[in-house]
Amino acid sequence: MRLVVDLNRCQGYAQCAFLAPDVFVMHGDESLLYSPEVEEDRREDLARAVAACPVQAIVVDANFPDTNSGTDR
Amino acid sequence: MSVDGSLDRLKREGRIVVVGASLAGLRAAETLREKGFDGSLTMIGDEPYEPYDRPPLSKQVLLGRATADRTGLPRHRAIDARWRLGVPATGLDMAARRVRLADGDEVEYDRLLIATGIRARPWPQEDEAELDGVFVLRTRDDAEALERSLAQGPRRVLVIGAGFTGSEIASACRERGIAVTVAERADAPLVGALGGVVGRVAAELHRKHGVDLRCGVMVTGLEGDSAGRVRAAHFSDGNTIEADVVVVSLGAQRNTEWLAGSGLGAGPRGIACDAGCRAFDIRGIVTDDIYVAGDVARSPHPLFGYQFLSLEHWGNAVAQAETAAHNMLSDSADRRPHIWVPAFWSSQFGVNIKSVGVPSMGTEILIAQGSRSEHRFTGVYGYQDRVIGAVTFDQTKWLQFYQQLIETTAPFPPASPTVDRRPEGQQPMPADFPDPSVPTHGPTVTLSGYAPDDRRLTFTPARH
Ligand SMILES: Cc1cc2nc3c(=O)[nH]c(=O)nc-3n(C[C@H](O)[C@H](O)[C@H](O)COP(=O)(O)OP(=O)(O)OC[C@H]3O[C@@H](n4cnc5c(N)ncnc54)[C@H](O)[C@@H]3O)c2cc1C
Ligand code: SF4
Repeated sequence: MRLVVDLNRCQGYAQCAFLAPDVFVMHGDESLLYSPEVEEDRREDLARAVAACPVQAIVVDANFPDTNSGTDR
Repeated sequence: MSVDGSLDRLKREGRIVVVGASLAGLRAAETLREKGFDGSLTMIGDEPYEPYDRPPLSKQVLLGRATADRTGLPRHRAIDARWRLGVPATGLDMAARRVRLADGDEVEYDRLLIATGIRARPWPQEDEAELDGVFVLRTRDDAEALERSLAQGPRRVLVIGAGFTGSEIASACRERGIAVTVAERADAPLVGALGGVVGRVAAELHRKHGVDLRCGVMVTGLEGDSAGRVRAAHFSDGNTIEADVVVVSLGAQRNTEWLAGSGLGAGPRGIACDAGCRAFDIRGIVTDDIYVAGDVARSPHPLFGYQFLSLEHWGNAVAQAETAAHNMLSDSADRRPHIWVPAFWSSQFGVNIKSVGVPSMGTEILIAQGSRSEHRFTGVYGYQDRVIGAVTFDQTKWLQFYQQLIETTAPFPPASPTVDRRPEGQQPMPADFPDPSVPTHGPTVTLSGYAPDDRRLTFTPARH
């Protein structure tokens, strides 16, 4: 599952790092680092982090059946 | 809905082609589907990969915390596109509404979105650029190759250019315990974007973290060993340093060469478009079926004197792509302008650097909160007595406030907040940007013919 944090929005509240510390870590006082791809079985943990982010900065793959994985020529 | 129903038809069975399958291209495609576009969608990208995110390449990836192949962008929805990946677009026929591909194929469109972005400016000496150990950083492949060589524990890395990317690379090297020299032609890092006052703070950060920072010098040549590996670099001040990895971080070039001869208003500074993302043709007339978004676009911004801004910012690519997609499917009265307030972040040496507005337009700066010596402050930029931009070092919480002042063209110096205002923040000072009157690009359009009917403009790609 892929994710991205809009770091323009992120205010460094560290909610996400608290809820999913293996995915999000604070780097210095205010910078956030995150793993851009995590295993599918973490979807629920991630959903919690997404919901907890006060500025809705975290975007996770929508759960849709991927009919076209991007290699169709 | 449109008077003659042509918009309905476009939405139902039209053909939309997106050239440039990265951040802007993907977000535009998703928006098109979200707005009810049911026709055929083709995504053309010269990289062989699905859209991925670039900011982590100089941060997580170089720190060894994520691999470059795992930076794919999350999808908001399925876009049911026909993907043509690994094949560059090589030409555009505006009259026939056709994009030519490198493999000889041609793709017809009713609406075209150009989101071809920019690429890293290579080291100008070709034979030196080809030495083993010389890198640039723009793509997934670049990041993977550079990370691999950092993991081998080079004795010294030389970074040429201390803009945001160069500074982030130097920061990652130090965090991995690798010796690094940074060579910067200006007097300090980040000077072009943030000016000399803030640049001097950035210089302190480099030195505090053990970077061998050399400012006011140019690298005049790279030297390889007999096996074709880079081993040393020569500086304009007569010094030579030994380095087994060199990262060239000298800014970017717009990916517009493929449009030469098409008649579109494309040049080395990007593709000019109106505030609604519609591209201008070479005569300065706005097109109605060709849109641009992201790093390759230049668009006028009412808040900043209608200046044509070209922004190399993640947030701009997203916002502009969404606006372009909306407008592609809208009648003129329903179109929206792209008037996003520029915003940018960077993370280096453990410090979170963010900016809003256009600091580089600022002539003065006020340290409104915090203190430069603590490397935690807010700098506010003034231009003609109004607030034009702001930057924070580890003070994100202030940014929103100054964004509002920018949006409301508030007077500079800003009067109000007294929270955490220090003595150094009582007086504005010159922001200390390099002289903007020095041109960086020559003309690339030529005019021929005499009669109004046969006056012609031709785009001539610059020799880089
Ligand atoms: C290392 C790095 C770190 C960054 N960090 C930050 C950051 O911290 N904060 C921030 O705000 N921004 C950052 N950015 C900038 C941000 O990534 C860009 O603004 C964003 O990627 C722009 O997206 P885009 O889609 O417009 O262009 P691009 O991402 O450049 O994508 C354009 C795509 O089009 C392809 N293409 C080009 N020509 C053709 C052709 N003829 N045919 C087909 N395809 C073509 C290109 O190969 C590319 O895949 C960073 C960029 C880099 C490289
Ligand atoms: S919860 Fe949201 S704002 Fe807070 S650090 Fe995470 S992403 Fe940033």
